[in-house]
Amino acid sequence: MAKMNLLQAINNALITAMTEDEKVMVFGEDVGHFGGVFRATSHLQEKFGKARCFNTPLTEQGIIGFANGLASQGSVPVAEIQFGDYIFPAFDQIVNETAKWRYRSGGQFDVGTLTIRTPYGGGIAGGHYHSQSPEAFFAHCPGLKIVMPRDPYQAKGLLLASIRDKNPVLFMEPKRLYRASVADVPEDDYELPLGKADVVQEGNDITLLGWGAQIEILQKAAAMALEDGVSCEIIDLRSILPWDVETVMSSVMKTGRLLINHEAPLTGGFASEIAASIQERCFLYLEAPIARVCGLDTPYPLAHEKEYMPDETKTYEAIKRTLHY
Amino acid sequence: MENRNHLAAVKTTNKVEIISNGVVDIPMLQILTAEGEVVNNAVEPELSKDEALKIYNTMEYIRVLDERMVGAQRQGRISFYLASTGEEAASVASAAALSKDDMIMSQYREQGALAYRGYTTEQFMNQMFSNKADPNKGRQMPIHYGDKPLNFMTISSPLGTQIPQASGYAYGQKMSGKDVVTICYFGEGAASEGDFHAGLNMAAVLHCPVIFFCRNNGYAISTPAEEQFAGDGIASRGLGYGIKTIRVDGNDPLAIYAATQEARRIAIEEKCPVLIEAMTYRLAAHSTSDDPTGYRSRDEEDKWRAKDPIARMAKWLESKGWFDEKENQKRVDKARQDVLAAMKSCEKTDVCAVEDIVEDVYDTPPWHLKEQLNDLKAHIKKYPQMYPKTAGRVK
Repeated sequence: MAKMNLLQAINNALITAMTEDEKVMVFGEDVGHFGGVFRATSHLQEKFGKARCFNTPLTEQGIIGFANGLASQGSVPVAEIQFGDYIFPAFDQIVNETAKWRYRSGGQFDVGTLTIRTPYGGGIAGGHYHSQSPEAFFAHCPGLKIVMPRDPYQAKGLLLASIRDKNPVLFMEPKRLYRASVADVPEDDYELPLGKADVVQEGNDITLLGWGAQIEILQKAAAMALEDGVSCEIIDLRSILPWDVETVMSSVMKTGRLLINHEAPLTGGFASEIAASIQERCFLYLEAPIARVCGLDTPYPLAHEKEYMPDETKTYEAIKRTLHY
Repeated sequence: MENRNHLAAVKTTNKVEIISNGVVDIPMLQILTAEGEVVNNAVEPELSKDEALKIYNTMEYIRVLDERMVGAQRQGRISFYLASTGEEAASVASAAALSKDDMIMSQYREQGALAYRGYTTEQFMNQMFSNKADPNKGRQMPIHYGDKPLNFMTISSPLGTQIPQASGYAYGQKMSGKDVVTICYFGEGAASEGDFHAGLNMAAVLHCPVIFFCRNNGYAISTPAEEQFAGDGIASRGLGYGIKTIRVDGNDPLAIYAATQEARRIAIEEKCPVLIEAMTYRLAAHSTSDDPTGYRSRDEEDKWRAKDPIARMAKWLESKGWFDEKENQKRVDKARQDVLAAMKSCEKTDVCAVEDIVEDVYDTPPWHLKEQLNDLKAHIKKYPQMYPKTAGRVK
């Protein structure tokens, strides 16, 4: 075990993957000698050479197009998009190419070895273009897996599983936790399962569901609620696509209440999908409407970042409303 | 900072001089004249009689296939077709200069390259009738071929997406240590997509052994080349990216063969991309959904018909004494019959079972796809008349 922050855990996972399999290649804007703008790829070029860890020109559609081709050839690309906000030039490559490669060829060809890493989320004074949480755009796209870790331990295990998974994975890293979140992380190789949620805290009165950096917010809200005698169950969804409906269902059948929290805007956010599925499956168990505590339906604001965020007090108030419905 | 290449070789000037015309004149390689004679002093590529006849026969086969399939679409037997009439040399002669281990990433008008690799009439038909014998499982519109054993990547409709992909594929080939390349076909219209810029620039910077083969056929559906770009074709852009470039007569099979052979040699030996711009003309409509009479003249088409690559090569073969008119006619007649026969049998083959609808989205179907399939099957059983293609086979 070693104390690592989230960036170090990512870096450690990449070293583990590149050491084990020489077909793993890491590339993107500034990821080479510089080690990435957040330093997630520090020293990889020194360790593994310029052919396996390299800078690309500044072209997101090019990075993902290149990565698609490389994956279809049998290499194992881990492509970095510097900020989730800049992934949209690659939207066509991801949605029309990555996601459909296996299907359109009847399984003859695939890009299952591809992993796309990108930092997402706010709380770093990044304004519109360094703060977005675009997971729902991609959750609408069959053929992709989407994974969002909450801490360094989760990040390493989930990233290794993503790199080795036989399907393309969009791995979204909570950038406000990059240095803020520190945990004991095994130095050995380990994987955590994709498509499986994690029950972070057991409780009886309400289920709080989130992912990535919002798990911390749910824990703070749960602590506030506990002072009122409310016992919260906290679930980290971890994988947005495919998502673990079973774990959420069994929790909601126990607590009778569900609150979903995400940073992305409310309308069309992934909470909508979860709410629809859970009411279909747990209608007679629900004692209150499913609550969503999300970002506002505005572009991500700079000066009003605090006001925009679905923070612990907004979550706490929603817990109370749900319990007293 | 080593190699600060944007400053190192720049000369200075004391005159305000805006450069107007292209600084280089890019000539077009021609080995055969439009009449099929070898151009003065031109060096013919080394082609055996068998290789030369294979190129010729494949071009002619594709013309037969195209004619028959446009007809089949008109009869309502297939939904869509896209002919390559007039451009057969571009795909066939370039494919002929490759190794069968080289990867082909095509746009959608390169059926000639696929046929050259050995795709059979029956395989063409299975794809076009979307039946269960198509290795792509009938999931895409007609002409979106793909065949792993022949190293022919499955085609996708969005334009230009294969260009950066080819750079990545070629990078992987280079890393594998094998002396193979990727050839990437596209049209001059697709070269306006951002992916063209991304793909060429990345290939140049990352030293990818890829041949970018542009069929400059004058039209993107109805939009003529002069409304597509203002520069000197596509070749001039290669130089801007630092990519070795050649322009060829796209209706001259020998020039295309020679250029592609040389491009392949450079790509492998120097580990770098090469751009080929083939100047040709799309005598066919864009697709069966298009009618060119609305945007171009008969005269213009006739001018290009006179440069037909197939007639041109036939004359060259005759001059070599390699062309047997009778044998040739027999082969064309047989190809026509084969296409009709294969069409008849393949159009009757079933589509894949409904269970296949959820396969290959992921390596194995996750819970939500299994659930959706079960719901769908239950529904089909209830309303079998609504789903005649699969209802009888629902398990």
